[in-house]
Amino acid sequence: MTEWAIRAEGLVKEFGSHRALDGIDLSVRAGTVHAVLGPNGAGKTTAVRVLSTLLRADAGAAHVFGHDVARSPTAVRSLIGLTGQYASVDELLTAHENLFVFARLLGLGRREARSRAGDLLERFSLTEAAHRSVSTFSGGMRRRLDIAASLLGDPPLLFLDEPTTGLDPRTRADMWETVRELVAEGCTVLLTTQYLEEADQLADRIAVIDHGRVVADDTSEALKRSVGGLTLQLQVEEPDRLAEASLVLERIAGREPSLVDGRLAVPIASGSVTSDVVLGLRERDIDVEEITVARPSMDDVFFALTGSAGTARADAA
Amino acid sequence: MSAATVTSVRRPALGEPGIALAAAQSVTFAYRGLLRVRHDPQRLFDVIVLPIVGTVMFANVFGGAVAGGVSGYLPQLVPGVLVQIAVTASVVTGVQLRDDMDRGVFDRFRSLPVARTAPLAGSLLADVTRYVVAVSMTVAVGVAMGYRPQSWGGLVAGCVLVVVSAFTISWVFALMGVLMKSASAVQGVSMLVLTPLSFMSNALVPTETMPGWMRAVAEVNPVTHLVSAVRDLAGAQPATASVTTAIVGALVLLAVFAPLTVRAYVRSA
Repeated sequence: MTEWAIRAEGLVKEFGSHRALDGIDLSVRAGTVHAVLGPNGAGKTTAVRVLSTLLRADAGAAHVFGHDVARSPTAVRSLIGLTGQYASVDELLTAHENLFVFARLLGLGRREARSRAGDLLERFSLTEAAHRSVSTFSGGMRRRLDIAASLLGDPPLLFLDEPTTGLDPRTRADMWETVRELVAEGCTVLLTTQYLEEADQLADRIAVIDHGRVVADDTSEALKRSVGGLTLQLQVEEPDRLAEASLVLERIAGREPSLVDGRLAVPIASGSVTSDVVLGLRERDIDVEEITVARPSMDDVFFALTGSAGTARADAA
Repeated sequence: MSAATVTSVRRPALGEPGIALAAAQSVTFAYRGLLRVRHDPQRLFDVIVLPIVGTVMFANVFGGAVAGGVSGYLPQLVPGVLVQIAVTASVVTGVQLRDDMDRGVFDRFRSLPVARTAPLAGSLLADVTRYVVAVSMTVAVGVAMGYRPQSWGGLVAGCVLVVVSAFTISWVFALMGVLMKSASAVQGVSMLVLTPLSFMSNALVPTETMPGWMRAVAEVNPVTHLVSAVRDLAGAQPATASVTTAIVGALVLLAVFAPLTVRAYVRSA
C-alpha cells in the first residue's frame, strides 16, 4: 500500500485579484523527492506555504500524512520541517543559540537541546562558526543552518523552498549531496526550484507549475522526452547555403530542422552528433559560422508543456 | 557523519499545546528576546537615555511654573515621567515586533508545533526587561536630582505596577504591529496614539487648568490613574482606590487586546 506524505486537491489561493494557486493537485509518496518546478511567480512558494500551514487555502484540501493542514495545523507542524527561500533563522543570535531555542520549542530538555544543536552543527560543518552571530554567515552557511534547524525535530517530511537559489555552483553541489543523504535516511522531501537540472538531479518526480496550475507531473525521464533533450543550433557563413545545410542536419539528426532568425535548430540524441554534423558540412564545403549544443532550458520546458514560453518569462520579470 | 539522523517512522502527531506547555514555550521565546538584547544592546538605548533626558528636562521646564521649583516638583514629576517613559517604551515593543515579523525567522516560528500565542507572548514578555530598565533609570535620575519618596516600599510597589501596566499596554501596540505593513507605519500611528495619551493626563501638570473637555479626557485616561496610583503609593497616601482602578484598567486592556492581537497574528501569515 502506498503511503502518501502529501495529498493536495484543487488548492486555490487568491491575493486580491491575483490567483496565485489555481487548482493545484499534488501527491507525494512517502520516502521520495518530489520537485515543484516553475519560474518566479508560478505559485511554488505559495503552494509550500499552504502545505506547511503558513497560509490557508481559499479552496481545496491538503493532507500531510493524513492530517488536514487547515483543521489540524499543529499535528502537521509536528511532522514537517520547513526551509524557506530566505533563511528562517535569527540574524542577531549565534548558530548554536538559534538551534538551541528551536530545539527547546520542540520540547527537548536543556541538555538534550544543547547536544542536538551540537550534533547538527557538526553534521553541517558549522561547528567552528557555532558561536558566531548568524549575520556574519555566508549565504551557503545560512542555508545549511536553516536546514539544520528544520531537522531538529526529525521531521518525516521536509519542505525545501528554492534551497539553492543564489548559491554558487560549489555550494549548490553540497546542498544536493545533503538532500540525497536525507532521502537515504528515509526523509520525504518536497523541493521547489527554478532549475530544471536541480529537479533532474534530485527528484523522483517533477511537478511543473505555471500560473498556479500543475501543467505536468511525471518522472524526470518522461519530462525530458517531452521536451526533447539536447538541441543543436547552427549558423552558416553563407546564408544562401542554409537549405543545403538543413538537408545535412536532417540526414544526420533524423528530423527536419526549424529555422529561427537565420539559425537552424534540431533536437539531437547526444552531443557526439555534433562532430558528425561538422564532418557532413565539411564534405560539402559549407563553412560554419557558429555551432552550439543547448540543454533544454526552463523556457523549452514551458514551451513544450504550455506552448507559451513568453508568459513564463513575463512572470519571471 | 554524526549521530543526528532522520527517521521516517510515523510518530503520533501533536495537538494544540495546553496552557502549561504554552507558558513554557512563551518563556523560551522570551529567552530568545533576551538573547537578542544581549547581542544588540542598542535596543536598550531609548530606555536608558530617555529617562535622563525626560526627567531633567521636564523638571526644569515645568518645575518653576507648577511647583515653584524643581525639588518641590519632583514628588509629582517622578511618578509622571515613570509612567510616560514606560508607556513610550511599550510603543517600541510594537515597532520592533513588526520589524521582527518581517524577518524569515517568524516563518519558522509559524511552522513549529507550538502554541499560537507563544511567539507573541514571548516577545512581549522579553520587553518587560526594557520597562524595568526604564523605570529604574527614571527613579535613579530622580533620586540624583534630590527626589526622596515618603515611602520607598510604596515607590517600589508603584514601579512594579508601572511595569505590569506597560506590559498590558504593549499588547495595544503589538496589535498595531501585527496589523500594519511596516515598522515605520507602526511608529507613526503609535506616536499619534501615544502623544495625547501621555500628555492629556496629570503626568506633568495638574488637570485643573485644562479646558473642560480635555480635563474630562484626562480624567478617564488610564495614564492619569496609573500616575495617581504611583503618587499615592510613593507619597504614603491611602492608595486603595487609585491602585484598584489602575489594576482593573490593566486587566481590561489585557483581556481586550491580547485575544485581538493573537487573532490578528494567526491570520496574518
